[in-house]
Amino acid sequence: MTNEALQETITALIPDTQFETGAEWLTITTDAVAIKPLLTALRQTAGLDFDYLFCLSGVDWKTHFNIVYHLSSTTQRHTVVVKAKVNRDNPEIDTVSDIWRTAEFHELEAYDLFGIIFTGHPGLRRLFLTDDWKGWPLRKDYEDPINMIKL
Amino acid sequence: MFEEVGTTTEGDLVINVGPQHPATHGVLHLVLTLNGETIKNVEPHLGYIHRSIEKMSESLTYRQFIYVTSRMDYLSSHINNHACALTVEKGLQIEVPARAQVIRVLMDELTRLASHQLWWGAMAMDVGALTPFFHAFREREAINEIMEETCGARLTMNYICPGGVMIDLHPNFQRKVKEFITLFKSKIDEYDEMVTGNIIFQNRMKGIGLLSKEDAISYGVSGPAARGSGVSCDIRKLYPYEIYGSLNFEEILETGGDCFARYLVRFKEMRQSLSIIEQLIDNIPEGDFQAKTKAVLKLPKGEFYSRVETARGELGVYLISEGGTTPYRVKYRSPGFSNLSALNHMSKGYKLGDLVAIMGTLDLVIPDIDR
Amino acid sequence: MFSLEGITDAIYSWLNSTFNPTIALLIEFAIVVVCVIGLFAVLGLVLVFMERKVSAYMQIRLGPNRVGFKGSMQTMADTLKLVLKEGLVPDGADKFLFNLAPFVVMIVAMLILAPIPFARNFQMWDINIGVLYVTAVSSLSVIGILMAGWSSNNKYSLLGAMRSGAQIVSYELSAGLAVLSIVVLTGSLQLSDIVNSQQDGWWIFKGHIPAIISFVIFIIAVTAETNRAPFDLAEAESELTAGFHTEYSGMRFALFFLAEYVNIFIVCSIGAILFLGGWMPFHIGNWEAFNHVMDFIPSSVWFFGKVFFLIFLIMWFRWTFPRLRIDQLLNLEWKYLLPISMFNLLLMTLMAIMGWYF
Repeated sequence: MTNEALQETITALIPDTQFETGAEWLTITTDAVAIKPLLTALRQTAGLDFDYLFCLSGVDWKTHFNIVYHLSSTTQRHTVVVKAKVNRDNPEIDTVSDIWRTAEFHELEAYDLFGIIFTGHPGLRRLFLTDDWKGWPLRKDYEDPINMIKL
Repeated sequence: MFEEVGTTTEGDLVINVGPQHPATHGVLHLVLTLNGETIKNVEPHLGYIHRSIEKMSESLTYRQFIYVTSRMDYLSSHINNHACALTVEKGLQIEVPARAQVIRVLMDELTRLASHQLWWGAMAMDVGALTPFFHAFREREAINEIMEETCGARLTMNYICPGGVMIDLHPNFQRKVKEFITLFKSKIDEYDEMVTGNIIFQNRMKGIGLLSKEDAISYGVSGPAARGSGVSCDIRKLYPYEIYGSLNFEEILETGGDCFARYLVRFKEMRQSLSIIEQLIDNIPEGDFQAKTKAVLKLPKGEFYSRVETARGELGVYLISEGGTTPYRVKYRSPGFSNLSALNHMSKGYKLGDLVAIMGTLDLVIPDIDR
Repeated sequence: MFSLEGITDAIYSWLNSTFNPTIALLIEFAIVVVCVIGLFAVLGLVLVFMERKVSAYMQIRLGPNRVGFKGSMQTMADTLKLVLKEGLVPDGADKFLFNLAPFVVMIVAMLILAPIPFARNFQMWDINIGVLYVTAVSSLSVIGILMAGWSSNNKYSLLGAMRSGAQIVSYELSAGLAVLSIVVLTGSLQLSDIVNSQQDGWWIFKGHIPAIISFVIFIIAVTAETNRAPFDLAEAESELTAGFHTEYSGMRFALFFLAEYVNIFIVCSIGAILFLGGWMPFHIGNWEAFNHVMDFIPSSVWFFGKVFFLIFLIMWFRWTFPRLRIDQLLNLEWKYLLPISMFNLLLMTLMAIMGWYF
């Protein structure tokens, strides 16, 4: 499905979806609260079949976080990017690990490095860093006087 | 230090495999819950070689950050560099000269071959046959020498730069690659005889570590591991980059979903890589090996994503630029990380010895997982 | 013609003519002990060197080639290093059992050397139940391994020891049955009798197909019993790091290592005695001239030649085969080898009764 067709289908499905244009793939922007129903719809609607979550990344925009889901379909061969805005003071978002099993690991990574809490995740823990690590290294305001050298 | 693993009942044995263990080929730490020899749960603990490459990339320029990625999946460092270079080129909209494209693809395939050779040896070693490892390394040495001559390095080549490649090919390159092709064509049959047909090896592999097609997709497994389950996911075929679209090669698919299927996919991929190299080696176009680029690269504001097929699966580079000389955020979607997430699912209910075989067929490279 | 028999006879008569019989006996004991320990050390060195060279040949490498002539002193240097190393005892280990285990394994290996005829009339103890003695004593070594695994206070060691226990106990059966099939043919448990019965041809040739089957089963079973690849589950490197001897270091480790090689030597010599005629030269029926030429080669050379051929066979296995999984290993024994060897024993008995062998 082309980006335009994809946009039409998704708009028909969820009318007030916001799109970003200009990028390679169709990009949907949404809020943390609305993420679960949207992604469930993307996964389950026939014709969309986004069954392959190939990338889940956190981005710190200083005012808020973004969780970026790169979804594609192994049957339809189309790709969509979903960006969910997460509040920086209270970083919480629903887990999607029950929709795509791979999200379990990717969410652990985002939790470990950004401190974003995925509610409903089966076992949120520090994945890379030690259990007693203080702070969330990939946040832009993270300071480490010993290991980070400011140029 | 670690929280309770899964549900342990009386009679369960919790055992730490790694961070230093011969089968993990690096510093992977798995907490296994065993019932006798049967695996009940596998919980990976990562980070023993976490170097924060994503954070480092945020303070390196667009020319510099590419080379840090050589240290991610050190067995396909060319391909990692390639992915980053593609992202930068996508942002700058640089047209890469034809010669550079062919050189890049040639190098990619040589790297893939070298990586698969090492995997083949290490895989056989995991299931207890030590000899193939040395045979694999003998042929791998030939590739390393080719790399050394042209790139100046054997493992972390740092050869690909935005706009092309660093330097032109060494004059000996074509001759040596051709020599290697003739050498390896006879050796790959020897590999086949030595390991694939072995009855013990087949018994260790068949029906072990089953991963259904649906699970493979859901777990985000990519590369040969997913193709062993029948998922068509070769980025070179589906979303061709460089000149892959015009090349004649097959995407190997097996439907078994077990260790043997994954083994066969990788093994047959070696032949495919060889055929790609054969197609290209006599057809390297003349011309520039590098496009003209500015000394300081500045990407326009925006987001760029490029996907390539490494020896282990799909590598994605997600780059966000704010218009400066350094990336705002770089995310590497490494194949090993997603493949590892399926390990628990794949190894439940199998024996301890099978775990080693399953990890072998997933071809985990730990720096790739930890980044 | 060189013969070890002459040397022993000379020493024996000299001792008995010089000292009174009791002291002579004691001195003989001392000599035997020294010889066994010496043989142990020499075997360890030679076999480790041989293994490294064989594996190097198969793996297109050179192997050790710096210390001594063509690297022949390499094992000596390694042993020296191991002797000088500190033998660590892990925290929480059962110290007594931990220290005892390597010696149990070692002593068992030494004990089995007693009834083995190395050459014509060159045998420490010609016991009349030799075969029974060997099978009985060799199964003791599993106790040492279990001890080592249990006392190390390490889960890998424990898993390795348990695997080893299951493996050795199972494979003892088919090894025993294979040995028994030759006993049926010979009608004697005495090793010297068994060797003498092969005067006119080795059992592997005389015993037709059943003897060949028992020989194959015997080789498979003893490979498993000595924990060698493809049955090296007890120390499966890629799974259990080093299995039951993970925690051992220094000389205690060296003892395990040495015992492994001596065990290989022992099982191969049992195989050579039972199936390949021990020290008996290659004889064909009543070809007097041919047999005489063969007799000219010293019996000790025949014995060691056969043993080292079998050792090479076992090393060859190790460097070519992948490892089996534990359930496959036990399946192989209980579902295939044991029924086959039982049936084979029946066949052999029938053959012995009907006299269908040469």
